[in-house]
Amino acid sequence: MGKQRAAVLGVGQTHHRSKRLDVTMAGLCREAIDRALADAGLTFADIDAVVLGKAPDLFEGVMMPELMLADALGATGKPLLRVHTAGSVGGSTANVAASLVHGGEHSRVLAVAFEKQSESNAMWALSISVPFHMPVGAGAGGYFAPHVRSYIRRSGAPSHIGALVAVKDRRNGAKNQFAHLRQSDITLESVQASAMLWDPIRYDETCPSSDGACAIVLGDESAAQGRDAAWIHATAMRTEPTTFAGRDQVNPRAGRDAAAALWREAGIDDPLSQVDAAEIYVPFSWFEPMWLENLGFTEEGQGWKLTEAGETELGGRLPVNPSGGVLSSNPIGASGMLRFGEAAMQVMGRAGEHQVDGARIALGHAYGGGSQYFSMWVVGAEKP
Amino acid sequence: MTQAPLSAPLDIGFDYTRSLGPTLSRFVTGLAQRRIHGARGTDGRVHVPPPEYDPVSGEPLTDLVEVAHTGTVTSWCRQPEPLAGQPLQRPFTWAFIRLDGADTPMLHAVDADDVHTGMRVRARWADTGGNGVRDIVCFGPEDSEPAVEPRAADDLTMLTTPIHLSYRHSASPEESRYLRGLADGKLLGQRCPACGKVYIPPRGACPTDGVPTEEEIELPDRGIVTTFCIVNVPFLGQRIKPPYVAAYILLDGADIPFLHLVLGCAADEVRMGMRVEAAWKPRDEWGTTLENIDHFRPTGEPDAPYDSYAGHL
Repeated sequence: MGKQRAAVLGVGQTHHRSKRLDVTMAGLCREAIDRALADAGLTFADIDAVVLGKAPDLFEGVMMPELMLADALGATGKPLLRVHTAGSVGGSTANVAASLVHGGEHSRVLAVAFEKQSESNAMWALSISVPFHMPVGAGAGGYFAPHVRSYIRRSGAPSHIGALVAVKDRRNGAKNQFAHLRQSDITLESVQASAMLWDPIRYDETCPSSDGACAIVLGDESAAQGRDAAWIHATAMRTEPTTFAGRDQVNPRAGRDAAAALWREAGIDDPLSQVDAAEIYVPFSWFEPMWLENLGFTEEGQGWKLTEAGETELGGRLPVNPSGGVLSSNPIGASGMLRFGEAAMQVMGRAGEHQVDGARIALGHAYGGGSQYFSMWVVGAEKP
Repeated sequence: MTQAPLSAPLDIGFDYTRSLGPTLSRFVTGLAQRRIHGARGTDGRVHVPPPEYDPVSGEPLTDLVEVAHTGTVTSWCRQPEPLAGQPLQRPFTWAFIRLDGADTPMLHAVDADDVHTGMRVRARWADTGGNGVRDIVCFGPEDSEPAVEPRAADDLTMLTTPIHLSYRHSASPEESRYLRGLADGKLLGQRCPACGKVYIPPRGACPTDGVPTEEEIELPDRGIVTTFCIVNVPFLGQRIKPPYVAAYILLDGADIPFLHLVLGCAADEVRMGMRVEAAWKPRDEWGTTLENIDHFRPTGEPDAPYDSYAGHL
């Protein structure tokens, strides 16, 4: 039996907020799951297996949350897997769920990812001082800011590019009913006037801290027959160590290799022309031009020109993060799956106010750790 | 004779703030009122504590039922040496207790020497409520444990859960040599026999070639800043007062930079390629840590050309 076709049948997400004090982690997941099942026109009884994605356990202080959540996930009597690849986990979880369908193991699989940042403090959890080391770590922003500086130096990008991305993504977020930050009146000047947190990264160029969840229902060809679906044309994942001599922290090889494999499998030789919408994991605004290059949409050093020309805005040549992206909502464990789910919503024509007109092919992308884990998929309105 | 690897305690903790949602809020509020609630599942069974979602059907469970303070032990095991944070700090028994009115047992502690399956027990309540299931201190023999009446308490929607983890963090043998070198004011790295790259701290194996690294290299305490950021943001657990410059320092002769602090000039004067040297703490403050170097400071030499470190970004 060869590789089976797989498709997204439904996508659901929560209203992302800084504090969802009205629900438990289980209730948060369930809000996304109920919407995904409704979107797919299915119930728990139709689901064969469940895959859960979650960022590091220290973020909520729950060991093995998949066990605690089994009832809420409707996993009783079914296979339940947990995936863990740091911030990229939402994307990896969708890819693992897709692989269970591609492999012919299951007909319908539910993928779920979540984060309840309000129960903990991710900045603290990412800055634990280990004995014998210099305690200079300062969360994700402190980790990535030096590499953003390297990108700016290497590419010669003008300093306002990061602010342009922030303005675009936050305005896009204002069109997304589920987004945490909806700032339709944000301006280049207001972003540039915001506090410098980890120089060169400003407050308004930084993702928020969100509570939220995302769920995707995937199915095989028979499950997708006769209904709207986002067909999975390709998936890819690659990993590399955090540090080694000569590692390219700006344009990591794992990301380049994953993208090359993705485009090859999807039969795409000119991504910029052939992809209609991209949901790219951009937690700090400068990562838009960095990942445009890493993904092969432009040559190295040229990504910022696409951003500066407005080509990544809604209506541009390659709309990037029409949903508002991670800069508008960041439930960490779910952020990658939101990229994958939003890509599916685009090719299913279900993205509402932030729909890219006529989107037929879309990219979902996530990265995690110290730019170590990369996961991505290409979905299309037509069968591959 | 090689010395034993170094190790040190690593203690972390956080008070997690749980939001309880509709079902668990009623359970926790009930406990503060000295009432115990279960939830009736879709198959008619009453579960205590109440699950938010039915274990069989996955449906939300909102039909809460009050059960008794008394019940029957269905299984048990002895805890002869209690751990910190457990319900009792003297030998006790963990037991599954099916409360009267419930169909499934809950886990709790029993304070008795002769616990047995079928034993009748009654809840013993904490003086202060609002701590979830810890509002029940433990269970005791039904006959000797006094009955307690419900009392008034405000609705609870949040619960704080302190979690502490205590580790013994160990360095590898190679890192331990490097750390003992630091205690003597030396910076010790290792060179890979295959690619020739010099790693500090040494890792014992080259991550690229996968071969052991044994050749020790002493490196100078000076080099360059490859890239950096200025940390302006304060956060929980921070040990250096912001603003400070967190920089990747590439020592002369090394092939990988490490993170350290740069002082000795204004933060906005720090540059990529800037030459820096270690500012050591007074020798009597040295230990087996990179913190023996208080910070790196500019040497005043001309900046390294970009091309000389472009491959280290």
